[in-house]
Formats: sequence, structure tokens, C-alpha cells
Amino acid sequence: MIPALAILLSFQLVGEVVARGLGLPLPGPVIGLLALVVSCSLRPPLAERLRPVVQGLLGNLSLFFVPAGVGVIAHVGEFRSDGLAIAIALTVSTALAIGVGAIVFRLVARGGDE
Amino acid sequence: MTTPALIWSYLSQEPLLWLTATLIAYWLGDRFFRATGRQSWANPVLFAVILLALVLLVTGTTYQTYFEGAQFVHFMLGPATVALGMPLYENLHRVRRAALPLIAALVAGSVTAVLSVLLIARGFGLSPVMLASLAPKSTTAPVAIGIAENLGGEPTITAVLVLLTGMFGAIIATPLLNLLRIRDWRARGLAVGVAAHGIGTARAFQVNETAGAFASIGMGLNAVLTAIIAPLLLHLFR
Repeated sequence: MIPALAILLSFQLVGEVVARGLGLPLPGPVIGLLALVVSCSLRPPLAERLRPVVQGLLGNLSLFFVPAGVGVIAHVGEFRSDGLAIAIALTVSTALAIGVGAIVFRLVARGGDE
Repeated sequence: MTTPALIWSYLSQEPLLWLTATLIAYWLGDRFFRATGRQSWANPVLFAVILLALVLLVTGTTYQTYFEGAQFVHFMLGPATVALGMPLYENLHRVRRAALPLIAALVAGSVTAVLSVLLIARGFGLSPVMLASLAPKSTTAPVAIGIAENLGGEPTITAVLVLLTGMFGAIIATPLLNLLRIRDWRARGLAVGVAAHGIGTARAFQVNETAGAFASIGMGLNAVLTAIIAPLLLHLFR
């Protein structure tokens, strides 16, 4: 568990250094994510080594954003005054994105195999 | 003997209490989620957030004090984001086989998600901070929080908006896609993963294995794409 965690943290660390060093708009962990995909493709045994810890992390992914979510108590006022506008923006945009994504996939895939 | 008030004043200043409370609240939320047969509206994170918010309000605890304890859980967002690369790696063969429609749908869905929310939010005259907090709402939470921070948004607002987006997407996906007569499980899964991240992906896996795999591809690739396009699109609104 410790080597796998150390490897994941190293990817994140490299990501942070690259993001800040090059002034990229990507968050460091996203660069770490890409580095993980590339590294596993080049060295498949790495994926085997990381798998148990990765499964543990991803299985509890939603726990990790509870602390940030609780921070909403500091912004109750904004949600009260702009609640309806936020709700409309969020629901309409999400429905549109699902519809557009699925339709574009079918349009481009047409003629290809199912 | 120490009075309860003194014990409380000690506990309320130490990380132990709020770290424990965070784990217990999530555990209760998860039991509630399972008890309802994993319904999208019974999201364990929303349950835990509401429960903890009530406890903080009742005990008069500030968010700062709470975060002293909860920061250890919050820190795990970073390595968990890196770990999201694994499902992407494992599905690379599917990505190659359907590369063209997959990339087209990813770009279309991702741009629609960011652009439409910004257009509607600006139409209602919401503040620039709210716009920056809304922009990454379709991205998986750990990444969305990072993007919102970079854009000058409020990460705690983003966390809740991301949750609500995921829940709404998971609830609406099946009826909406049936209405649109989309039967291709790849198209259905990918669109849901792009628009409604992990919560949508979990829902897709409940419906169909292929849809679930494509949803996790969509979620992973959209995390990267939104990090690139959200700053560009938000720039148009400044």
C-alpha cells in the first residue's frame, strides 16, 4: 500500500511542479492523471502494482469532497438570493450537455460498427 | 473531574473531533444510500454535507475549525484525481476503437456544458465569482475544485454545484436519452460521463456495463478537457 501511495503522490508532485513551472492552466493532479496513463501504457506492470490502492481510493472517491461541500454553510446567503437562477442554469445546461453529447456521438458513428 | 464544558472546549479545538465526525457522517450517508436501493437522489455526500452543516450550526462551530480536522480527508482529493487515470488506462482499447465519435462527442458535450451554464448564469446577472464556480460543474469534483480555484471561483460552492449536477444528470439521463431515441450504449454512457461525472457514471454502470465503461472514459477525458477549455470560455465572459 505504501509504495503505491508514494507513486501516486509522486505523480501529483510532478504534476504540480510541471503546472507551476510552465504556468499551465491545468491543476497539478490532472497532469499527474495524464502521467499515470502514459506511464502505465509504457510499463503495464505498474498498473498491477497500483491497482489495489487505486480501487480503494476510487471506491471512496465521494467521501473526499465532503469537507469542501460543508464549506457551503459560508455561502448560504448566495444560494438563497440566486437559488432559482443557479438551479435553472445547472439543470438546463446538464440536460443540454447530455443530449448534445449523445447526438453528436451517433451522428459521427453513423456508418461505423455498432 | 473536568466539566463537560472544558472537555468540549478541548475537543472543539483539536482535529480529532471533526475528522471523526466527517467519516461517521459519510458512513451514515452511505447506509442511507444503500437502504434506498442506491437511488440517485439519496446521494451519500449530500446527506453527509447537510448533516455536518447542521451539526456545525447547532454547535456554533466555524467552518475554519471544522476544516482543521477535515483537511486530512480533503487532502486525498489530489491522489484520488491521479487515480482516475487508471480506469482511463484500462479502457484505452475502447477509446481507440471508437476514437472519432468519442472525441467529437466529448468536445461537443464538454463545450456545451461549460458554455450553456455560463450563458444562462450571465443572463440572470450572476456574479463573476459565481460564474467561475459554475463553469467546471460537469467535471468530477476533485478536478472541478482545482479548476474553480484557478479561475477565481469559490471551491466550496463548486463542490456543492458539482454534486447537484451529478445527481440531476443521473436522474434525468435515462428518460432524456429515451426521449431522444438514442439506443447506442456507448453514446448514452459517454454523454452521461461527460455531463454528470462520477455520479452519472455510477448510474450508467447500474443500467449497462458498456454504458458504464464509456461513462468513465467520458468523465476522465472531460476532467482534462474542462481544465483546458473552462479558462478559455470564461475569458469570453469577462
